Amino acid sequence: MNKVENKNNNSVNIVKNTLKALAFPFFSIIVSIFVAVFFVMWAKGYSILQYFSALGDLFGLIYKGGFGNTRVTFVTVSEVTPLIFTGVANAVAFKTGLFNIGVAGQFILGMLAAAIVGTIPGLNPVIHIILIILAGLVAGGIWGAIPGYLKAKVGTHEVINTIMMNYISMALANFLILRTHFGVPGKASTPNIQKSAELHRFVSGSGANISIFLAIAVAIFIFWLLWKTTVGYEIRAVGINPHGAEYGGINIAKNTVLAMVLSGAIAGVGGATHVAGVLHNVKDFMALPSYGFDGIAVALLAKSNPIGCIASALLFGTLNSSSRTLELNGIPKEIVYLIQAIIIIFVATDYIVKYFSEKKKKEAITNE
Amino acid sequence: MSSVILITLLAQTLRIATPLIFAALGGIFSEKSGVVNIGLEGMMIIGAFFSVYGSYITGSPLMGIVFGVVAGGVLALIHAVLSIHLRADQVISGTAINLFSTALASFLIFKLFGKGGQTDIVKGLSYNIPDAITNIPLIGKFISELNWFVILAIILVFVSHYVLYKTPLGLRIRAVGEHPKAADTLGINVYKIRYFCVILSGMLAGLGGAALSLGITPLYREGMVAGRGFIALAAVIFGNWKPFGALGASLLFAFGSAFNIFAQGLSWNLPTEVYDVIPYVLTMLALAGFVGKTTGPIASGKPYEKGSR
Repeated sequence: MNKVENKNNNSVNIVKNTLKALAFPFFSIIVSIFVAVFFVMWAKGYSILQYFSALGDLFGLIYKGGFGNTRVTFVTVSEVTPLIFTGVANAVAFKTGLFNIGVAGQFILGMLAAAIVGTIPGLNPVIHIILIILAGLVAGGIWGAIPGYLKAKVGTHEVINTIMMNYISMALANFLILRTHFGVPGKASTPNIQKSAELHRFVSGSGANISIFLAIAVAIFIFWLLWKTTVGYEIRAVGINPHGAEYGGINIAKNTVLAMVLSGAIAGVGGATHVAGVLHNVKDFMALPSYGFDGIAVALLAKSNPIGCIASALLFGTLNSSSRTLELNGIPKEIVYLIQAIIIIFVATDYIVKYFSEKKKKEAITNE
Repeated sequence: MSSVILITLLAQTLRIATPLIFAALGGIFSEKSGVVNIGLEGMMIIGAFFSVYGSYITGSPLMGIVFGVVAGGVLALIHAVLSIHLRADQVISGTAINLFSTALASFLIFKLFGKGGQTDIVKGLSYNIPDAITNIPLIGKFISELNWFVILAIILVFVSHYVLYKTPLGLRIRAVGEHPKAADTLGINVYKIRYFCVILSGMLAGLGGAALSLGITPLYREGMVAGRGFIALAAVIFGNWKPFGALGASLLFAFGSAFNIFAQGLSWNLPTEVYDVIPYVLTMLALAGFVGKTTGPIASGKPYEKGSR
């Protein structure tokens, strides 16, 4: 009898905790859309009374631009894929208490590695695709290992190093593409990869390809790794309380490097599959790929839960892919980026919730 | 190398360094008080845009500068509230500021100028100096190739140094950044000092943005700031969190770019990318302890919680 009650209590608790965990991300999304509608109204010249019609416009257009027909749905899928990779990459770092702003750079390295390995002629498609993914993995992993090592051995902050390495990777890519035989002379891009290296697309003419399954698999794998294995336990322990972890015999330096390598490798695979599936070549970079920074938003909104990253990547991917439809309807596509930025601002301030609950407690104490 | 070329090169270096110097000074104030400001880039973007907009609607570049400085300060206020009172992760908050301002500037180009990508050309800050100075050999030519922003930047380096190291306010700022609890026990209002410094850093970064737009080409174009906020951050670190250090670092980084432009005229130029990475590689080496030694404020990046142990 007691056992049954306990079980019921447990499941109630699980539901309660899940709802609690989801409440704040949802709140952030709602607030950011609420704010974004004002920008829509301003752009369209609506008066304040038309708030709800602007809200309707925004929602309708985001839906239409994200899932309105098969073509845009596939665009959404191709936007979601890299975001899952970069989101999970950021999440792994967050879980270790690190901030890997360098995901964008690791993504570039993955792209470069794929573009170079992809041009090797005469390989079996299966082997070639495995090679291309491994190339991205290794390139991103090494690029993540450098700031990880510097953090573990010298103690320099990974944020600064990864920011610097983002720009270094951009310069490296441009150098290789524009000034060496890896690039096509006079074209500012690498040659197209071999047919054998291309990932299978769902329909021709759309970037959506099978790497979405790989992305989901990686997210699930990382979830399993973090919560069901000793390796993951150590990584999380370092993230929650490094001193406690060290006292318990966990090597902080090792786990810092490991987490950065893991994070970089996932970002690198994301870059590699983006080249193998969508782009087929790499053009020179004017700016850092936005997937890196969007990945931060994805991970934050998902509260660094890899499975949650799939859902939040879906949200951000839909926003990205609907930007064209928005623009065609007189709403500047920057609305999408504004929504993303505002979501991050609100997610970053989850202290608000704590602040009010603490205030309540304090008042309760003083009232006694 | 004739002296005329050398002077052009030096003047070019100073002009390129100016936006970096402003933003780096902003970064120093913020970091000295214990708040990491990754958002310098975004504040420069907003400063660059609003100074153009200010000059566009008032017709006066001076008002434009005021617009840019105020806009940078307002944006920094958001960062301050988030990271000081709401104790958000300062790096996340800064990242959000960067994303937000890039998007906002593009949105406002569309809304206020009715076009995409870039604004109209507005009235820049004119720089007329009397003939008496221009006619001085060498120095006159050097001065005539600068602009008001350059001169202001150098003055502000001295002012910042003086404020930080010779005034009670500076002592308070540094105390708050090194050991906020000790500062609090001595009756220094930690939050107030931090708010002041973060807002000041936004205003300086906004001024840096204005120097970039009104001082060089008087328009705002998407992607115009192009990572200069991060180079300024690098200059803060490479300059060991000191105004004169940041000045030196900014000049060094800018010299790379100036020399790059200059060397393209010669036949023995290195690829542009080599010059591009110099600031970043140097900063990483400096942080790792290979070049010089840098140590930041101890409490930088940590929110201060009153009454916590």
